[in-house]
Amino acid sequence: MRLEIKGLTKRFGSFTANDKIDLVVEPGEIHCLLGENGAGKSTLMNMLYGLLTPTEGEILLDGQPAGFEGPGDALSAGIGMVHQHFMLVPVFTVAENVMLGHEKTRGAGILNREAARKQVRELSERYQLHVDPDALVEDLPVGVQQRVEIIKALAGQAKILILDEPTAVLTPQEIDELMGIMRELKAQGTSIIFITHKLREVKAVGDRITVIRRGKVVGTAPPTASEAELAEMMVGRSVQLAVDKENKIGGDAVLRAQNITVVDPRGHLVVKDVSFEVRGGEVLGIAGVQGNGQTELIKSLLGLVKPDAGRIELEGKDISRHGPRQSLADGIGYVPEDRSHDGFVGSFSVRENLVLDLYRTPEFSAGPALRLDAIEANARHRIEEFDIRTETPETPVASLSGGNQQKVVIAREFSRPLKVLIASQPTRGVDVGSIEFIHKRIISERDNGTAVLIVSTELDEIYALADRIAVMYDGRIVATVPPDTPREQLGLLMAGATPEVSA
Amino acid sequence: MAMSPTPETLIPEPEPTGRRSVSTWLPTVRDTVLAIALALVVGAFLVIVSDEQVIDAFKNLVNYPGSFFVYGGDVLRYSAEAVWDAYSALVRGAVGSGPALQRTLERSAPLICAGLGVAIAFRAGLFNIGAQGQALVGALAAGYVGFTWDLPPGIHLLAALVAGLAAGAFWGALVGWLKATSGAHEVITTIMLNNVARFVVLYFLAKEAFQKHNSDNLITPPPMDSATFPTVAGLHLGIPLAVLTAAAVWWILERSKLGFELRAVGANPDASRTAGMSTTKVYIMVMGLAGLLSGMAACMTVLGLHQSVTDQVVGSVGFDAITVALLGRATPLGTVLAGLLFGALSAGGLGMQASAGVPPELIQVVQALIVLFVAAPTLIRNLGRIRRRRAKQKTDVVTEGAAA
Repeated sequence: MRLEIKGLTKRFGSFTANDKIDLVVEPGEIHCLLGENGAGKSTLMNMLYGLLTPTEGEILLDGQPAGFEGPGDALSAGIGMVHQHFMLVPVFTVAENVMLGHEKTRGAGILNREAARKQVRELSERYQLHVDPDALVEDLPVGVQQRVEIIKALAGQAKILILDEPTAVLTPQEIDELMGIMRELKAQGTSIIFITHKLREVKAVGDRITVIRRGKVVGTAPPTASEAELAEMMVGRSVQLAVDKENKIGGDAVLRAQNITVVDPRGHLVVKDVSFEVRGGEVLGIAGVQGNGQTELIKSLLGLVKPDAGRIELEGKDISRHGPRQSLADGIGYVPEDRSHDGFVGSFSVRENLVLDLYRTPEFSAGPALRLDAIEANARHRIEEFDIRTETPETPVASLSGGNQQKVVIAREFSRPLKVLIASQPTRGVDVGSIEFIHKRIISERDNGTAVLIVSTELDEIYALADRIAVMYDGRIVATVPPDTPREQLGLLMAGATPEVSA
Repeated sequence: MAMSPTPETLIPEPEPTGRRSVSTWLPTVRDTVLAIALALVVGAFLVIVSDEQVIDAFKNLVNYPGSFFVYGGDVLRYSAEAVWDAYSALVRGAVGSGPALQRTLERSAPLICAGLGVAIAFRAGLFNIGAQGQALVGALAAGYVGFTWDLPPGIHLLAALVAGLAAGAFWGALVGWLKATSGAHEVITTIMLNNVARFVVLYFLAKEAFQKHNSDNLITPPPMDSATFPTVAGLHLGIPLAVLTAAAVWWILERSKLGFELRAVGANPDASRTAGMSTTKVYIMVMGLAGLLSGMAACMTVLGLHQSVTDQVVGSVGFDAITVALLGRATPLGTVLAGLLFGALSAGGLGMQASAGVPPELIQVVQALIVLFVAAPTLIRNLGRIRRRRAKQKTDVVTEGAAA
């Protein structure tokens, strides 16, 4: 099916989210939609999926105008969408999720589960998705849940599949698998609209790239275009993709972890006898696939969970028994892995979130009272300094874009003198312009002599920041290697291969 | 710095699934006003169908259809008269005279205090269903100090007040402590502690030390005059105290470190913990405060109105407080206004019964309807908007899409 979008415009009040967008998706094509957060990609797709009504312009399917009143219309016209946040019922099986909404019965209201199972099995085989129809969705890893979403769309006879930022939640391996699936789908005639802001991915699978900036199509590019060219189109100025930095050998150890062991509430041993040190003025990068104990490790460093064994030292002082309040006061800066879960209070204003862990300091409070003027002044200062794009300091953080939400967290953690900075996934779901900015700030913090610990599942980020790389696998640090270690070797270590080199 | 809104600022980013802030339960101001108006309309309908003159006229209308206009006119006229009589009596009974106004304020004061107790817990993400029990133990403590201890005026009042507040605070803090240490859900514990409170009070009332002299009834003597709120121009000073308390609660919520913490914990306990806040401390503090406010509600009744303590002394103030807090959108000002409204309805109901012969149960129906309509905002919003329904459904889909 050929999809053509002509002059599609969407206005919200005086704000134009999409301005005369033209786009053609040929049958069996992977069409990448590249743009920063807030460029208008999602608005465009929501119109295509019938969630929003266009202000002007039209959508043509095989040359016929299509007017979608809702997602139901889009689905029956053959447009399927895999949302960034999955729409699955966790306690249902894969087959039950797939049949949800159009359940087949054997008459008398008895569900025909067998038909759904068969459909899942068929689609799974045909596109090599490797999904067990009887598995409970809550037991599946994120990557497989995403494939369930794809099966749902395919079961609805989708000929055009919209994938909205599908890689944001995936590990490097899962991303590779997803790309294989996308190629398989394409080979069998399904068109894919692939929304992303990651240049590497676009170049890897895209047939054609359309770049959107501030609601307008700024151009199309072939996948052979260089990353720098694409980034420049996307951001509107030339972007430094790699942070300008010299690798450094740090000074004295500031943070030292010795034989840390953590057992999670379900009784699993998730961090196994981990020891490392972070020196002042260096960045230690912890690389590893999601779910190999990094989350629990850094939580234990801040004191959010108490290590079941081992010792954590800050400048030689034992802090293993300290809680987060004490650790933050001692000069540990902490950027959590999941910002909307642990990093900010969504319904709180930018102003309030900027002092979420500082409100109790003398700067922002006097006795039992908050010093609102100081909090306000701080907000104006940080918004300026960190270029946080918000309408006012009173705007709730939940309504900012992902990149700006992260800037709020970063700005807060950087606004007091730090001895140690612990940042997990500091640029997850953040647009290119903000990544550059956040990386620069992290490096300048390092250059001030702070000991920096970065946890990331993205090798690009590890390479961009780390002076030393520790690889975590199955709860252990399996190797600590220099930053010039080749990608393949790191990949192997992350996948659990026995280390040959260790520094 | 670019200040233009992005689409993300217009369509809020999806909240993480599985986490719904308690604040999404609160109605908007417009919904609240609509709900009150609608409840009064339904109340008017009830007045009409239970009015004898209207019923007679309607019978005539059915029996003599030939005189349609005569009897139809009667039905309309008598209906209008009945509604006018009832509601004008309601307004007169609530604010029409000095004594009426006094009664309204006297009834509002405990509702405001207990409502604040529910509201402050709500802001910390806790459903405090236990204002009833907290008020009851507060009443017993305040009453006991009020009728046994012999202290100079002023000091006696202060002692009784402190006893009432402390007992309520203890009863509330218990809930916070249970939640913080064992994870027991506050809805369950508050409901259960309501029962415990009632039987604890009954147990004490069965002791001679708590009973009136030469009486075996489960009722204490009234507090001594030295322990009651002084009266100025017919109003006991507990009433301005209730308003001052609302101001204090506002200050705590919006201007204090504790308020910042409790609002943060209410909206996102994980992020609050990561930011170094102690949820244990917040849960105990806020439930203690909530209990203190409920205890103050009891003092309004016992020390303000010279009431003897029984297991019924606080009426249903703890449950009405939930309604008041909800209607007041869990804000101090809103709670004061909602408390005044319910106090006025309650006082006006008496006037309605006395001068228009409308049973006071009507007021309870109206109050219940207000809550019902507030709890079902979509119902109200859709009323009279049937024609725009199609468009409305579309926006629903968009918001769901954004919120899912």
